[in-house]
Amino acid sequence: MPDILIQENLMVRMQEDIKRALQKPEAQRHWVMVIDTRKCVGCNACTVSCVAENKLPPGIVYRPVLEQEIGTYPNVGKRFMPRPCMQCDNPPCVPVCPVNATWKRDDGIVAIDYEACIGCRYCITACPYSARTFDTGHTYSEGTPEQMQYELEPNFEYGREWPRDEGSPIGNVRKCHFCLHRLNEGELPACVTTCIGMANYFGDVNDSDSIVAALIASPNAIRLKEEMGTEPSVYYLV
Amino acid sequence: MKKLAWPVAIILFLVGLVGVYQRLTLGHTGANYGSYVPWGLWVAAYIYFIGLSAGAFLLSALVYVFQIKLLKPVGKLALFTALSTLVAAMFSIWMDLGHPERAWEMIFRTNFGSMMGWMIWLYSAYFVLLLVELWFAMRRDMAVCADEPGFKGKLCSFLTFGKKDVSDASAQKDMKTLRILGSVGIPLAIAFHGGVGALFGVVGARPYWNSGITPIAFLIGALASGGALFTFVAAFWGPNRGSEQHKQIISFLGKIVIGLLLFDLLLEWAEYSTSLYAAIPAHTEGLNLILFGNYWWVFWIIHLLLGAVVPILLIIFAGKNINAVATAGALIAVTFLSVRLNIVIPALAVEELEGLKNAFTGPGLSFSYFPSSMEWLFFLWTVSVAGLIFLLGYSLLPLVSQKKEVA
Repeated sequence: MPDILIQENLMVRMQEDIKRALQKPEAQRHWVMVIDTRKCVGCNACTVSCVAENKLPPGIVYRPVLEQEIGTYPNVGKRFMPRPCMQCDNPPCVPVCPVNATWKRDDGIVAIDYEACIGCRYCITACPYSARTFDTGHTYSEGTPEQMQYELEPNFEYGREWPRDEGSPIGNVRKCHFCLHRLNEGELPACVTTCIGMANYFGDVNDSDSIVAALIASPNAIRLKEEMGTEPSVYYLV
Repeated sequence: MKKLAWPVAIILFLVGLVGVYQRLTLGHTGANYGSYVPWGLWVAAYIYFIGLSAGAFLLSALVYVFQIKLLKPVGKLALFTALSTLVAAMFSIWMDLGHPERAWEMIFRTNFGSMMGWMIWLYSAYFVLLLVELWFAMRRDMAVCADEPGFKGKLCSFLTFGKKDVSDASAQKDMKTLRILGSVGIPLAIAFHGGVGALFGVVGARPYWNSGITPIAFLIGALASGGALFTFVAAFWGPNRGSEQHKQIISFLGKIVIGLLLFDLLLEWAEYSTSLYAAIPAHTEGLNLILFGNYWWVFWIIHLLLGAVVPILLIIFAGKNINAVATAGALIAVTFLSVRLNIVIPALAVEELEGLKNAFTGPGLSFSYFPSSMEWLFFLWTVSVAGLIFLLGYSLLPLVSQKKEVA
């Protein structure tokens, strides 16, 4: 087989990219996600895998897939825009927090301290992408005779166990964190590994050999609401 | 009216307890606000109450700072109205938090880069100032009533904290202190309430809020609504009801309130008309909801007709009639909740990204909002708390001096 046809598996390459990035100090890596909307078929597998990975309760969503119709009949098309948290470099949600419970990490991820968040929801109003949701404490087995054990199982956000009892993250604002707990173990975010069309790319933009660094240099790479000056870390290929 | 107030307040309190119970047992699952419309009736009620408080307080400055003699008999009433509504505001916003037990974190780990961080400190400072000012305003009268028999006398005696000098010299000293406190209070109340306006104004993601007029409109709205509530209160609970002096006070307050209301409407017009003319969708989506959305009647009927046209006509054509002015004040004060709701909700009830509405469903993932029964009941409870605090204060403290009672 000619060399040019031998391609490395994309997932393997991205995993190697993040392993390389993890060897550097946190401040020297900057996580970036690139979503190829031309490859997205709108299957919502990423949304579902995110719900499963982070054990999201009803009403909490980190990565909905927006369906947008283009054109008028008979010339119509559909565009699918998965919308994770943009992990903005200039995040409007951070300065408004009255108790410093949300901040920009050195690796680019906007994190929330569930134990400090008072649940005032000011950050939700400040986010131009509606990327933050409020955990009001609903359960899937509401109105049924028995609360299912799976609902009480802990999630592992931010690298620790959060069982679903009375306390946090119930009453907190929650958002996508690029599966930080997985990243720190050298694994890709759940949405990236689950995408059936391999429409997601992930890596360290500070590493010029990473696939994301190459992709965002293309003229069809855009970011949402550039005019807001938020400098998102999520790019779309259109 | 005065006779009706107690039973109404007690009934509201009891009915509202259902909402309190639901909030404490169901948490936020019983509420209709959520992720896309994260702030609802309780946040609107909070800015409504603090507006009433700041407005009533700033009018008290007419007495204690600008020494307008005519209003002196109702100065303490203004201060106490400000205090009662400020307490209701606290309950409203406290129970709105996802973690009310962490409210103290706002003091211990304040982010002064956040307008909300400033809010908690300004609220507290304003609250303390209000209490101190009220004490100086009532001290001499409390010293007098300390001699009365029964509980009222004992309470007055205790609250003087031993300062029982009733001489004119001591009263003059109190007035001097009040002038200083009031002078500090004016910028403080403006910073507190204007700061909460700025809390909304600085949010770039919500173009409807993100305007330099927002904090100013908050203040003028506070003066109009707080002034209106105070006018209503002074009309029924003011000293020497029916006397010529009382009539003068009420008709004077009525005129001030209408002036403030007209100014508020002018700001509203400026904001709405410039945005609508430019017709940038992100700016007009919220305004279109206000003017032509499902809840169009909140703006046109409740705010404009009942909250502006009717009271303005009442004061123009019956400005000397105490009952007419009181009705106008009550109408403005009550309907101003619609103005506060129309600030908070429409900015949030619009999709920030096309397709979000149908992308994922679940509780709280909706762009249409109407308060749930729990939210309404809890709100009624907070109203009753303000009412009961006022009524208790009125019957136990020397808020008015009725030495020359006529009516």
